[in-house]
Amino acid sequence: MDLLKRELAPILPPAFAAIDGEAARVLKLNLAGRRIVDFRGPHGWELAAVNTGRMAKLSEELDPAVHVGVRQAQPLVELRVPIRLPIAELDSIARGAPDPDLRPVVAAAEKLAHVEDSAIFNGLPAAGIEGIIPASPHHVHKLPPDVTHLPRAILTARETLRQAGVSGPYALVLDAAYTAQVLAAAEDGYPLAKRLTDQVLDGPLIRAEAIEGGVLLSVRGGDYELTVGQDLSIGYAAHDPHVVELYLTESFTFRVLEAVAAVRMAR
Amino acid sequence: MSHEGLHEPAELLGEGTRNLHRALVSLIEELEAIDWYQQRADACSDPALKAVLLHNRNEEVEHGTMTLEWLRRNDATFDKFLRRYLFKDADIIAIEEAADEEEAVEPSVEKQDQKNDGSLGIRSLRGPV
Repeated sequence: MDLLKRELAPILPPAFAAIDGEAARVLKLNLAGRRIVDFRGPHGWELAAVNTGRMAKLSEELDPAVHVGVRQAQPLVELRVPIRLPIAELDSIARGAPDPDLRPVVAAAEKLAHVEDSAIFNGLPAAGIEGIIPASPHHVHKLPPDVTHLPRAILTARETLRQAGVSGPYALVLDAAYTAQVLAAAEDGYPLAKRLTDQVLDGPLIRAEAIEGGVLLSVRGGDYELTVGQDLSIGYAAHDPHVVELYLTESFTFRVLEAVAAVRMAR
Repeated sequence: MSHEGLHEPAELLGEGTRNLHRALVSLIEELEAIDWYQQRADACSDPALKAVLLHNRNEEVEHGTMTLEWLRRNDATFDKFLRRYLFKDADIIAIEEAADEEEAVEPSVEKQDQKNDGSLGIRSLRGPV
């Protein structure tokens, strides 16, 4: 048995497979950061921190003749979202029910995807995560209210990256509302989204619930690094005769290696 | 050039497939070069030239390995099978037979991943660029 303790849950294999499948489906649908950043791992529960290669000099001198430095590491954060499910509903899956109510699984997966993406894009200072958007040193570019003006805005933001020596391909990450506008827009019958990905970006257009506005960034690699210890997993917490409590969990940290590789775009 | 040898019109192929083609063609070229250098070194009568040829052969092994790693990072099936077979001491055919038996019970890639670390097997969602 491992830390997830799944063997202790009063859940039959078909029901666990349905839970895992639903969680994986929703996570893949919602996770935005993993589509554009470098991925390191999974390294398992044992990984506690990432080596930064940095060292801080200890101000307190033990011996004037000895310089003391303390190695700097970035710790992983562990996320855990509870999932409470009626045991009777899970048993119905083993009886062949094709329409189990797994809404708590969906809600947990959406919540966890939101937190991971927020850490990647907006940062999580308490955990030493800077975030792509706060780290960007460039001036904020305007996201035009009329989405048909977006190609020009992207080209201007691309020029900022080019001047900073950042090569493509580039990805555009947009909040949910603006993404919806882009997907609905067309120029002379030609979908705007297709024009953006094929002709303006050379990279993907990505929807992220966790951000406001947008961010244009290079996906050439080497700029942003997501390090995962235990990858997204479902574990067992407790149960009573009627309800089983599971949780969706992961451990990770995120590092901005090249802050100039992104430009924020705001309304 | 890497677009030569495409079996379908380039405009019908996605960028991911085109990059995969570039990597596969590169790997084929590196493996051919290893074979050529090996044979030339074997047949060469000049010790200094033989040393150069073997050095070059080993460089091609490095290049091929780097390309293979790119394929592993960007193709889930390469990743699955390389993880299964590389750096194992067990008999290779025995590894395959054991994997077939496991897949007969749990066929999906996601479940294979779950057997390894208990996770949902999400990992990177980044496509080839």
